[in-house]
Amino acid sequence: MESQLPAEFIVNINHERCRKCKRCVINCSFSAIEFKDKVTANNRQCVACHRCATFCPENAITIIHNPLDYKDGYNWSPEIRKNILKQAESGGIILTGMGNPRPYPIYWDHMLIDACQVTNPSIDPLREPMELRTYLGAKPEALEFEGDIDNISLKTELAPQVKLDIPIVFAAMSYGAISLNAHKALAMAAKRMGTLMNTGEGGLHEDLAGYTDRIIVQVASGRFGVTSKYLNNSALVEIKIGQGAKPGIGGHLPGEKVGEDISKTRMIPVGTDALSPAPHHDIYSIEDLSQLIYAIKETTDYKKPVSVKIAAVHNVAAIASGIVRAGADIVMIDGFRGGTGAAPMVIRDHVGIPIELALAAVDDRLRQEGIRNRASILVGGSIRQSADVVKAIALGADACVIGTASLIAMGCRVCQKCYTGNCAWGIATQKPELVRRLNPEVGADRLCNLLTAWGHEIQEVLGSLGINAIESLRGSRERLRGVGLSQETLDILGIKHAGIGQ
Amino acid sequence: MKSDGIPSGCAISGLMSEDGRRIGGKVIIRSIACMHDRSNGLGGGFAAYGIYPKRKDMYAFHMMFDNMQAKENTEEFFKDHFNVDKDEAIPTQRQNGVSNPPILWRYFLEVPENKLEFLSERDYVTKTVMKIHSEIDGAFVASSGMNMGAFKGVGYPEDIGSFYKLEDYSAYIWTSHGRFPTNTPGWWGGAHPFTLLDWSVVHNGEISSYGINKRYLEMFGYKLELRTDTEVIAYMFDLLVRKHKLPVEKAAEALAAPFWKDIDRMESQKKKIAIALRQVYGSTLLNGPFSIIIGHNRGMIGLNDRIKLRPMTAARKDDMLYMASEESAIREIAPDLDEVWSPMAGTPVFGTLKAEVE
Ligand code: SF4
Ligand code: SF4
Repeated sequence: MESQLPAEFIVNINHERCRKCKRCVINCSFSAIEFKDKVTANNRQCVACHRCATFCPENAITIIHNPLDYKDGYNWSPEIRKNILKQAESGGIILTGMGNPRPYPIYWDHMLIDACQVTNPSIDPLREPMELRTYLGAKPEALEFEGDIDNISLKTELAPQVKLDIPIVFAAMSYGAISLNAHKALAMAAKRMGTLMNTGEGGLHEDLAGYTDRIIVQVASGRFGVTSKYLNNSALVEIKIGQGAKPGIGGHLPGEKVGEDISKTRMIPVGTDALSPAPHHDIYSIEDLSQLIYAIKETTDYKKPVSVKIAAVHNVAAIASGIVRAGADIVMIDGFRGGTGAAPMVIRDHVGIPIELALAAVDDRLRQEGIRNRASILVGGSIRQSADVVKAIALGADACVIGTASLIAMGCRVCQKCYTGNCAWGIATQKPELVRRLNPEVGADRLCNLLTAWGHEIQEVLGSLGINAIESLRGSRERLRGVGLSQETLDILGIKHAGIGQ
Repeated sequence: MKSDGIPSGCAISGLMSEDGRRIGGKVIIRSIACMHDRSNGLGGGFAAYGIYPKRKDMYAFHMMFDNMQAKENTEEFFKDHFNVDKDEAIPTQRQNGVSNPPILWRYFLEVPENKLEFLSERDYVTKTVMKIHSEIDGAFVASSGMNMGAFKGVGYPEDIGSFYKLEDYSAYIWTSHGRFPTNTPGWWGGAHPFTLLDWSVVHNGEISSYGINKRYLEMFGYKLELRTDTEVIAYMFDLLVRKHKLPVEKAAEALAAPFWKDIDRMESQKKKIAIALRQVYGSTLLNGPFSIIIGHNRGMIGLNDRIKLRPMTAARKDDMLYMASEESAIREIAPDLDEVWSPMAGTPVFGTLKAEVE
């Protein structure tokens, strides 16, 4: 029995304005718009990607929520009922894309930043140097010098470090999940801005060869595209254990997306499913992880920092401590609001914990154990604005990663249909006619603009805090105050409530 | 003269004889008194080096006690932890301008051999100081170094100076401070200088990186309970110079690091060091407006913030090095100078005791 789900959206076409150019039809990759004498919409197919409305030269299209898709109800919400119907029909797991949209508290929005006043003046970021540069990698506890002061030299040899001109890195998104043009845009922008992009687990396409010093290559359980050349063609190597949107869940790139190019990059036959299960089948303990870390360090001649990426889960602090002790130079923690190409909805929406709490717990734990220096902390999972970056760094992160925000900069409308491969904006798709829609140069420009803008905003905030170097913000929780948070939450975040002074 | 301006910002002054000549306390009082309007009577203090030559190898603990009970408890504690060579009241003279002093007592202590099985002597003393602050109610260690001491309290610095009869002491380094407190109320322990072992710090300004500086130090076992940004500076020098064995010049460079744009232009050896210092000691970078004078047994360091948001003048005359918030405070005691300059932002000034001087 078909459930006949009502449409979520209604596409209104103003036929008086329409001049029948059919651009909307060409642009709709979800087959929601047809042309029969006039433009007609199949509302049920519409995902609200806004492509048609954006490209209609006559502004003749409006898309609205179907106000009567279901009778409202707080408990049996339309979404819950719709999902029951879908599953009653299909017997399958509900897949979804992008990040967790549920109304859990967003702790960033309950933290406020300090500002200087009379006794400690703010700094004018337009006139004074405001430094955003930071380095990722393991730091020794102390430096040793030799020689006398007139001819002093460094005795300590530092572990490899990667320089970031801005403490924002593009998140791991594989070629396969997103298009080659999206990858190119990210790589170009990373190079121009002095930061990094992350290939995700999809391997490194040969077109990105010129950008390797700005690329994080990933080693995921599937080991797609992993060769010693791949590992060495990078700024740093990341072992992916978990992902915020789907902790404990692996990746699955359906065979139909695996064309010639992806097959070559991932080193798998055309048309085969690319499965990267959650468990690495050579890692069943922290000792195994340590072996992999050192295998990678051996392969890269100890010249690249090795990062380990995990999802934020209940015991994240202890796990992170183990990872640092296992030899990782960087711990990357991904919160439960992180995006994804495809995940079971139940996992995306209900598994994991918010990055704010995970970050605070990890930074505290590493400090208690006296090993905070030994690794950099990167965090991601819905960093939406420069203020989130500032707050994350104040809580203890070295830098943030942005995935969804960078896709939005390139045109993504957060329609959450990435898993269908029909992304109308040429981002989460491999269909050549759709990929073409994203011009890598334009995408790179927009990404650079976003980072430039956020960089200026971070500088403004630093100035208001009376500091001119990002390292003086890192872990400086004293400069944050909570609003409307329970004492327990404040304790976990390690911040005081607003209204309490020094 | 009536002024509508609001004088603010604290006063600091320091002087040192690099030849190790001892100078009477009157001189430093005159210098700091010259900047009277920079304080508001809520805190003043002095550090003096070379004042206990007879007991120069003992830890001189200058103590402040709120009541007799605290004194008794501390003395019990000292008996368990040290050999007490001598203890006495710190000589004072009551006068106007200084009210409600705590009980002021000093102890000359030696660390018993058997306490040093797992710890260096200085770590042991450091731990003891932190223990007193966190465990003995009403007891406060004003200073704990050898052959030096801190004299501080609530009042204008010149009043505090005569209260402690500083004219009776002579030292090869004197530093002093007049306080215009903002963050913490004026209390005797909260006046500058802040000290640990022979490190002493007087500070004008506010450290806006206090939060991370504090969290960093806590990782190395320092307990920061005095709610003031100044104590982090003393502890930071202790960590970097004493424990990590950095040359003082490099410690100063970590605390007021050059900007990246300047590092990028350095020649390779210097650049490598500057980058490594920022990478490893990023959490020790002091941010915000400050000028500070740090004293230690072998010298004096002046340090300004990286964009010079607080004033600092330095001067030399023969074997003397002077540093102060205002040139007037130096001219007051040394009208005829060989050299006067305003150190560049972030550029430290060092006074160093000649090698042969004890
Ligand atoms: S794009 Fe606009 S004008 Fe063109 S056919 Fe569609 S609705 Fe009509
Ligand atoms: S990437 Fe494309 S498919 Fe995915 S949410 Fe964005 S616009 Fe929709």
